[in-house]
Amino acid sequence: MASLSDAELNAMTQEERAKALGMTTEQLTGKSLYIEFDEDAEDRFTYPWAPDVDFNKRTEIDTDNMTTTEVNSKIRDLMAEGYGTIVLKNPRGKHSLGVGILSRLNLIIEGSTGYFGVGLIDGPNVRINGRVGWSCAENMMSGTVVVEKNAGSTFGAAMRGGDLVCKGSVGSRTGIDQKGGTIIVGGDVGALTGFMMQRGRMVICGNAGKNLGDSMYDGTIYVGGEIKSFGVDAVTAELTDLDKAWLTRKLTQYGLMPEKGVDHFTKVVAGKQLWNYDNLEPNEKKLIL
Amino acid sequence: MCGIAGLIHKGKSSSVGSEMTAMLQALKHRGPDSTGYAVYGTPTEGDYIMRLKVAEAEDMEKGRGIHQVIKDRIAAVEEILAEHGAKIKSKDAPREYSLRYVITHSGDTGEMAAHIEETEGVEILSMGNGLELIKDLGDASVVSAAYGLNDFQGTHAIGHTRMATESDVDIKSAHPYWAFPYNDVSVVHNGQITNYWIMRREMERKGHRFMSNCDSELLAVYTAHNLANGVSLEESLRRSIQEIDGVFTYLVATKDQLGMAKDTMAAKPLVLYESDDLIAMASEEVAIRAILPQEIDTYDPYDEEVRVWQA
Repeated sequence: MASLSDAELNAMTQEERAKALGMTTEQLTGKSLYIEFDEDAEDRFTYPWAPDVDFNKRTEIDTDNMTTTEVNSKIRDLMAEGYGTIVLKNPRGKHSLGVGILSRLNLIIEGSTGYFGVGLIDGPNVRINGRVGWSCAENMMSGTVVVEKNAGSTFGAAMRGGDLVCKGSVGSRTGIDQKGGTIIVGGDVGALTGFMMQRGRMVICGNAGKNLGDSMYDGTIYVGGEIKSFGVDAVTAELTDLDKAWLTRKLTQYGLMPEKGVDHFTKVVAGKQLWNYDNLEPNEKKLIL
Repeated sequence: MCGIAGLIHKGKSSSVGSEMTAMLQALKHRGPDSTGYAVYGTPTEGDYIMRLKVAEAEDMEKGRGIHQVIKDRIAAVEEILAEHGAKIKSKDAPREYSLRYVITHSGDTGEMAAHIEETEGVEILSMGNGLELIKDLGDASVVSAAYGLNDFQGTHAIGHTRMATESDVDIKSAHPYWAFPYNDVSVVHNGQITNYWIMRREMERKGHRFMSNCDSELLAVYTAHNLANGVSLEESLRRSIQEIDGVFTYLVATKDQLGMAKDTMAAKPLVLYESDDLIAMASEEVAIRAILPQEIDTYDPYDEEVRVWQA
């Protein structure tokens, strides 16, 4: 693939840019395109000023007697030293752990975190072996976050890219104002899931609470279980073969594939009767599969 | 923002005073204005523990005259107790303006409590067989040390760290609230009640009194009213979700139960841990980790969720 400058890419339409970058695209509801990057291209999307880390260089931080600020500073210091795999021990519900990591990194959190964990990240692969509090991965831009247990409310609020996975159940307002990327929940979600969703996709393997997709502008929500009620302007749509293939690939990737497959999933999209929202953000550039 | 916490041990007594202190200290950042506890010891039938204040903390800066005023108010309270046939078994004063009495009384405690509160500046914080309600300005470590809570043994407790938003920074606006005059009922709340005045007027028409302008007091009075009319705690919590408007998550304790309710918007947080013998919940997970540092499973209750546990 020929190397293209940012100016050349910006001059292209969405379709042209996707084709030039070797990406696959899919027409969602309305005008927006969902664009998936080729796995080979992911190295293009790291910040040039981010430290070059070695994933095989591993270390641990015992966070027990440290403040959140000290822990986050320590992570950055270790990344500057080239550590590419960092394990946080004894997080004990601390808030804002691992926020603002703007590079590739394997971050493993052995335990549970509080509010705003791993928010504003751009590139790291995070595994949390416990549960997470409210607003986990808020404004996440790229990378993967996998939570092994339950999560609090506003999970993935305003996230823009990457994969955010909770293998347990999640609180209310999951994916509020989501602007891109994928949220996958192995269990149930609470009320107002997908509230004001703008882009991206969400997969709920269990049940959804009241007012699913309320006031969503765009994006797609797939629900495997029961939906208590739909929110304003959320409607069902046909589950296509492309949807099924994508669901199968994603759920298999994270070990959440239901025994009965994906044919029973309900697809929910914006009805677009109440909203006229044309100023979607530029396509997310850092989706890493 | 406020922080709330609750814990209940099933079928056993524990150091709930020190446990609640650890939880509330972890929530200090959610509200440093005041800290309050409702702790439940072993009920003794016929004995009542009465916690009351005879002045506000800020009154103590009013000069030498306040000391005599406080003495006069205490004398008035004890005179009323005697009038109602109550016998004082013990008396402590953790603060000059805050007292704890153990009394025996066989008459109408509601009537006696109302009479006591006719004394200017006097407010009963709690009166019950098992309940002791302590609240004061400052964080949990300050209040706990002043009131000797680290030595308190009991089955369950609720607590609150307050960031004053709807009313003043004073003890009467601090949580928890005792559900006057219903024995052993207390409430802590995080949120705002938007139909407070409508509901308050309705409760006042039914004969209930309000000591503060804090919207959270309504939940205590509302619960007390329901319980006094034979409604179960669980049903009262469910009704509140339909009848009370606003955003709220609140905890209610009775002499042997602990309950929680979350409103339809679920905008105020609660994290919950449940095992065979202990249930702990708080606005933030850090508070639960303060007493259970090992890896545990917790979850956030959903919108309109109601739960009740038995001690």
